[in-house]
Amino acid sequence: MEILVCVKRVPDTSENEISVAGDGKDIQRDDLVYSVNEWDNYAVEEAIQIVDRAGGNVTVVTVGGDDSEEILRREMAMGANNGILLKDDAFEGSDGKGIATILKAVAQKSKYDLILTGAQADAGAAQVGGMLAAMMDLPYASLVNKIEIIDDKKLKIGREIEGGNQEMNEINLPCVLSIQTGINEPRYVGIRGIRKVASVEIPTYGAGDLGLAASAVGVAGAKVKKIDYFVPVLGDGAEMLEGSNEEIIAKLIELLKAKGGLK
Amino acid sequence: MDFDLTNEQEMIRREVRKFAEKEIAPLALELDEKEEFSPELTRKMGEIGLFGMFVSEQYEGQGMDYLSYIIAVEEIARVDGSQAATIAAGNSLGIGPLYYFGTEAQKKRYLPKLCRGEALWGFGLTEPTAGSDAGGSKTTAVKDGNDWVINGSKIFITNAATEMTLGVTVQAITGKRPNGKPEYTCFIVESGTPGFKAVPMHQKMMWRSSNTAELYFDDVRVPQENVLGNQGDGFHQMLKTLDGGRLSIGAMGLGGAQGAYELALKYAKKREQFGQPISKFQAIAFKLADCAMEIECGRNLLYKACWLRNEKRPFEKEAAMAKLYCSELMGRVANHAVQIHGGYGLMKEYNVERFYRDQKLLDIGEGTSEVQRLVISRYIGC
Repeated sequence: MEILVCVKRVPDTSENEISVAGDGKDIQRDDLVYSVNEWDNYAVEEAIQIVDRAGGNVTVVTVGGDDSEEILRREMAMGANNGILLKDDAFEGSDGKGIATILKAVAQKSKYDLILTGAQADAGAAQVGGMLAAMMDLPYASLVNKIEIIDDKKLKIGREIEGGNQEMNEINLPCVLSIQTGINEPRYVGIRGIRKVASVEIPTYGAGDLGLAASAVGVAGAKVKKIDYFVPVLGDGAEMLEGSNEEIIAKLIELLKAKGGLK
Repeated sequence: MDFDLTNEQEMIRREVRKFAEKEIAPLALELDEKEEFSPELTRKMGEIGLFGMFVSEQYEGQGMDYLSYIIAVEEIARVDGSQAATIAAGNSLGIGPLYYFGTEAQKKRYLPKLCRGEALWGFGLTEPTAGSDAGGSKTTAVKDGNDWVINGSKIFITNAATEMTLGVTVQAITGKRPNGKPEYTCFIVESGTPGFKAVPMHQKMMWRSSNTAELYFDDVRVPQENVLGNQGDGFHQMLKTLDGGRLSIGAMGLGGAQGAYELALKYAKKREQFGQPISKFQAIAFKLADCAMEIECGRNLLYKACWLRNEKRPFEKEAAMAKLYCSELMGRVANHAVQIHGGYGLMKEYNVERFYRDQKLLDIGEGTSEVQRLVISRYIGC
């Protein structure tokens, strides 16, 4: 099975304290540590496991600058066979539809049986997978937390439903799936994997290579524009308990007793 | 001059850091409290390739340069000194002598298992009466036909008494040199050899989840092919091993300093007193500035020593300097880190307490700070 996994380089929330930038349009990006979007990493692991069972290749692709090459290399060290970097000044400032447009162009350059995305990335919009499927006229399932191969025409997939429920579906190949965290346990990248990919050439395509008009993507093509970004003011009714764990526990018990939650 | 790390080295730092934070950090406090060595965690470290880092792929090593290894130790030490000790001793003292001095048959027999992280190996040098004074050692090996018979004991031997330990390299006196000094030879002794006993040492102040053992040799009989390299090479092998080992102890100091500093910085930015974060007070801010500066110095010194080694240039003086500087660096930084945490810094829950304890070994193990100063002073002609 030929699998394309779309990945994104995002600020690593476990390594950074995120704050809003001075212009109020974005987060403060100086000195941030970046890594591969967590959902995407689950998608790559799932793709590697599918290829381990059924054969084929995993290709990871990302839209981004030179810095984004490091996450492609990382996912290749983990076990993906190929990487593709989609880089062009014209891609900058793309909205979700713009990104889906760029990914569609690269997906159509080869024949993929399965396209995976993370369920969402740092912006939390969760839209690229669905848009990509619609643009390519492919079946789509979101929040996928289980994949079984039925044959080379069909997959059986599980979806997580709000409230902890689960549904199972059959879906025709080729298709697009957005992957939920927890579908597997992503492996660690080993030293030997790193050594194997450290000097591999990663092909880079721009708008021209993909046959894309610069006006269809990037800022020029964006129909959704972020106009403000802020931390909401703290509302009434919420109280942050501070101190050591013991102090927090003691305060919490006191509060629960005072409000009648504990007798 | 080029201070950039290679792609590989950058990736190793990121990935080992991720592993350490996800797999080691959640267990460090509990293992330290229980004084428990974890074979499971050790195997996991083996799975990602932390053993045999500088060993060629021919023996199932990772085939990396020495700096990559040092960066990996640094990143583990940033989270937990005990696990870093398992890795540093496993590579520099366990695998190193077998790889650098072993015969082809010895390498083929032991290295693949050790490099896969399925087994550990000890390096028996220190004796109850021979610490800094290697001349005080009493363990002997006497030739008997095609065998050698070893008698004596060793102490403070890392990784030597775990359920994963495959054996130890032990240095013994095998005769007299023409100049009257003892002749030393290193022997391979497999776990389970009759007369050989490895006993874990407990009640340690630091590195509590790293395994430390006393070794007893009571008429232990090994065949001639268990001589590591050649008879009489023991002293030279020990010196070479310790030179490389100093770099990994330096990495433990540097990584520990980095970890303690990051904990202190994070705490100082969050902890408020007198209406503002304590990081805004000059008394705290200047301590943190000193930590950041000294860590930078330590890293430059240690990496330069690794670079010299990689370039096959003399690096012994710089290795002694890096070991000494980084050990003491972590002492200063861990001390500041506890101080910045105030009362909480004295509590195990806040982790800096463990860094403070774990540091002390670095002033003592693999050549005390006093011995490092002696080594350096001899290199500069004192």
